[in-house]
Amino acid sequence: MGLTLPPSSGLDDTLDLTSPNWVTTRLDFLANWARSNSLWPMPFGTACCAIEYMATAASRYDISRFGMERQSFSPRQADVLICAGRLPFKLAPVIRRIWDQMPQPKWAISMGACASTGGIFDTYAMVQGINTIIPVDVYVPGCPPRPEGLLYGILMLQKKIMAESMVDPTLRVEHLVHPDGLFRRPEEINEVSEPFGNSVSQTRSG
Amino acid sequence: MTEGQADQLAALRGRFGAAIERSVVFAGQQVVYVAAAQAHAVLEWLQQDPSQRFDYLTDLTAVEYRDAERPLEVVYQLRSLTRRVDLRVKIALDPSGPLEVRTVTDLWKGAEWLEREAWDMFGVKFLGHGDLRRILMWETYSEGHPLRKSFPLRGHRSRAEQTRQALAANPEAHYSLEELSIADAYQALPADMQARLVEREAAQ
Repeated sequence: MGLTLPPSSGLDDTLDLTSPNWVTTRLDFLANWARSNSLWPMPFGTACCAIEYMATAASRYDISRFGMERQSFSPRQADVLICAGRLPFKLAPVIRRIWDQMPQPKWAISMGACASTGGIFDTYAMVQGINTIIPVDVYVPGCPPRPEGLLYGILMLQKKIMAESMVDPTLRVEHLVHPDGLFRRPEEINEVSEPFGNSVSQTRSG
Repeated sequence: MTEGQADQLAALRGRFGAAIERSVVFAGQQVVYVAAAQAHAVLEWLQQDPSQRFDYLTDLTAVEYRDAERPLEVVYQLRSLTRRVDLRVKIALDPSGPLEVRTVTDLWKGAEWLEREAWDMFGVKFLGHGDLRRILMWETYSEGHPLRKSFPLRGHRSRAEQTRQALAANPEAHYSLEELSIADAYQALPADMQARLVEREAAQ
């Protein structure tokens, strides 16, 4: 009987990690600081954006300055998936599997116009934005983005990570493919895939 | 038309007569239109006859024109490495009819993937090809042949349905040993791999 603490004991309040308080915010700061400065990228380079990614990783721009010392070519040791380039439908199950193989905590950067929206490739073969396949944290615009653009995206991701909280129940949740075989709702996918810009006036599609 | 090209045409006409439908020279390149029925015999002769020796198949593809009156063409770009001459052979097919030509994989082994691509993109059936599967689109792709003019640029299905079918594909099916042409090496494979291949084959 004596082993049970009364529900309103001071100790219980102090160690309650399910609501924000001094302990959790300090722990958050420590964890977020460590995580955001040691993001190991999993490069998923499919096109010309991958060339800019390589430039970003090379000595002139040097992605290591931001804690990305090690390129993680295994998804199981990676923290951030960087999709550099357009994603054809043939690669959709591949990037989905790589994303599922990455352990939490994990983030995704969509690099370039094609990865983010399908870009100029409004065709039968191309995914119209990788956010119809996996959740994305930061979108980097550009065709392709300059290394500075990608580095800015990484800094934004670091900022986002610094604002994370361990008491937020929406974080560290695996967003899986639904039993119906889709990651996002069909009407959402159709809406984000609507033609825009120049491809509106192309007439050959039914 | 240069003298060599005139000789080439005369040699073809002398041997195959009416099977050589017409010949044009475009940008210095001689193009010979051949009747579909005799095309394989013509190509075989071009490859094997000592006076021809077109030993290298540079490319094999198909062309469909926006003009609906024009036929769909299967194109063979030939090169004789020894004689240093090029020749383009075309077979005209009716786009509304069955697109069927005989394979040339028995003449040039390199035609195997090229014919698979022409099948994938245009739906040209190469009779006698040992392994006529899709090569660029994934194998379970079911919307048709994308480079046909009747194929809408964005495909037939909605984006959601395309995404659903793409996600349902098994990524390992594409880069597996089955993807390689290992039929010849089958006997040399380990027993468990042989069993696995037979199992897969039976399941399909």
